[in-house]
Amino acid sequence: MTQHEAAGAAKSAAKSAAKSAASSAATAAANSAAPSAAQSAARSAANSAAQSTEVEPLLAVRDLRAWFLTDQGVAKAVDGISFAVREGETLGIVGESGCGKTVTSLAILGLLPNPPARLMDGSSVSFRGQELVGAEEKRLRALRGNEISMIFQEPMSSLNPVFTVGDQIAETLRLHRRMDRKAAHGEAVRLLDEVGIPEPGRRVDEYPHQLSGGMRQRVMIAMAIACAPKLLIADEPTTALDVTIQAQILELLAELRRAHGMAVMLITHDLGVVAEVCDRVIVMYAGQIVESGTVEDIFVRPAHPYTRGLLASLPSVGTPGRRLASIPGTVPSPLHWPEGCRFRARCPSAGEGCERAQELVALGDGRAARCWRVGT
Amino acid sequence: MADTMAASTTARARARGGRRLSAFLPGAPQLAAGRWGAGGLALLVWLGCLWVLVARLARVVEALGGSWDERLALATLVAALATVWGWSWWDAGRAEGPRRVGVSQWDLAVRAFSKNRTAVAGLMVIVVLYLIALLTPLLAPHDPALQGDLISERYVGLSGAHPLGTDQFARDVLSRLLYGARISLLIGFVSVGISVTIGTLLGAIAGFMGGILDGIIMRVVDMVISFPQLVLLITIIALFEPSIFLIVAVLGLTLWPGTARIVRGEVLTLREREFVQAATALGYSKRRIILRHLIPNALAPVIVAATLGIGNTIVLEAGLSFLGLGVQPPTPSWGTMVADGRNVLLNAWWLSTFPGLAIVFTVLSFNLVGDGLRDALDPRLRS
Repeated sequence: MTQHEAAGAAKSAAKSAAKSAASSAATAAANSAAPSAAQSAARSAANSAAQSTEVEPLLAVRDLRAWFLTDQGVAKAVDGISFAVREGETLGIVGESGCGKTVTSLAILGLLPNPPARLMDGSSVSFRGQELVGAEEKRLRALRGNEISMIFQEPMSSLNPVFTVGDQIAETLRLHRRMDRKAAHGEAVRLLDEVGIPEPGRRVDEYPHQLSGGMRQRVMIAMAIACAPKLLIADEPTTALDVTIQAQILELLAELRRAHGMAVMLITHDLGVVAEVCDRVIVMYAGQIVESGTVEDIFVRPAHPYTRGLLASLPSVGTPGRRLASIPGTVPSPLHWPEGCRFRARCPSAGEGCERAQELVALGDGRAARCWRVGT
Repeated sequence: MADTMAASTTARARARGGRRLSAFLPGAPQLAAGRWGAGGLALLVWLGCLWVLVARLARVVEALGGSWDERLALATLVAALATVWGWSWWDAGRAEGPRRVGVSQWDLAVRAFSKNRTAVAGLMVIVVLYLIALLTPLLAPHDPALQGDLISERYVGLSGAHPLGTDQFARDVLSRLLYGARISLLIGFVSVGISVTIGTLLGAIAGFMGGILDGIIMRVVDMVISFPQLVLLITIIALFEPSIFLIVAVLGLTLWPGTARIVRGEVLTLREREFVQAATALGYSKRRIILRHLIPNALAPVIVAATLGIGNTIVLEAGLSFLGLGVQPPTPSWGTMVADGRNVLLNAWWLSTFPGLAIVFTVLSFNLVGDGLRDALDPRLRS
């Protein structure tokens, strides 16, 4: 885990060239404005920073608010987040459990059960220019598994126990690609080979319970990429696997991303994973984005106290024998987000000014953080 | 290398020997290999059918141009012989060959089931019973409705001409017992088939869709369940002319709520499993998810319930017939036969005893198989 930081830093050198005038507009706004006006200008810039980049992004999420209307009240699981995924890039979404990462990914695919979940007015998810919020179920179905795929955390239960893995991969192909039985079966074997399963011709006729966890996750990935999607959402794809397998799966994802030119949205609570494979990172806390930026921004120059806390709680080879730092307390309940800064109660540098609700402040170069201190 | 070659040669020789044996006595090689359930059943069916063919040759020939149920019996006879012979031939040759790669949950269940001796015995009885029911037109020594001489042939005890005696109309009890088996097994099978189909579909829809649809379906279930079934049956049968069709329909349409509840419960837990979420994320329609992903996974308890349900339905039909509300005379039914004999139990004990025993053994077999299936299909109970 510890070399991740180093790896992240090393990679950053290569990547800093890639990020460009991405948000020069935001930079200019932040720099030129008078200090007093800086915050409000930066605010609006930050909101548009993610989208105003380059051409049309592959996926643009704007002001997504996914609320759960429960008997206990309204749980604002995702409360106004905006971000974009560009073609071919890997975007990491990090945060503790319960901060809204998974709800975000399910909302993109329209998979949240309604009721109790509701996407509030103004929420927008646009994929290649098509609006997905409020789209017909039929159109969403044609998109799912075909242009946007998703892999889940638990490979043990993500496969149907009564069918062979080959049947399950073939089913996707037959549905979305209208392949006949034989062609789909052949393609399933090829896909199993591509995701690195040995003896694919034999494995294709095996049932999920005959495969190990890592193998099953590979099968899941094979199903997800069967129709060559443009976007793959991976919701904690390695959490349930042991460490050596984790690395293999991440490598496989990176390889497939390159080979197929697909974008990957990687949801995880593991910063090591992020450092290893992501281009850009979004840090979520309490249903909001608290910081976003490139991998080296986040790892080398974290701006938000929460990000710093997450980084400090990583074990490090450099300083052995030190007690691991941790962020005190837990994520508050989405039913009652705290007033003002949502991180205030756990923040080591909380003080005056934090009782105000925090806005996302643009820091230039596509960076943003939700803390009033960073702007000043 | 030499070892494996020698082994495979002996294996091939053994397979050849097995095939030669299976050509004459299907089931014998399997029996020799210790698979007494499959082998014994195959041998039993083979010998039994051969016996029918030889002992009832004249009737078999007649059946060629006979009524539809005679021809059905003939077709069953041929099919049974061919199936047993073909299966044994294929199985004996396959014995040492490469096994299939995929081992499904069903394969595991079959393995577990075949280790359960009482359940396998029950299954053998059931298969033989269904065969007998289908072969009855060829088997029965007499016409079940044929009345003998009412003076000299009433209440004749067990004898050569009437192995199980005769009844108050001098009809042959054995023949009536055999024809009665058809009625009981048919009603049991068809009405449970109807109720399981309805129950599975409605239960799966209710469980998966939830919300209003769930509410409506489950309230209907509550309504049907809360109605006293026997009263409902008696009322409906009193309103209409009793017939086999009516009984099957009424039983089929009143027994489904049990299955619906079982399936709904299963689906409620299944739909939270990630593979259902994954299926949605892959763009599968609700219909596809219910039919292809949920129902096959919810089937295990349904199969158990259906097997036990056939036994219950047979008892229920016997009860109705006993009350005179079931199958109407002169069509024989086990329940009617027990009822017919109850007044003369002390003088002609065979009248009620044999159909009574038939009911007991049939229902017992179904219950044994049902219990065996429950053990085999539940991974937690599998040893």
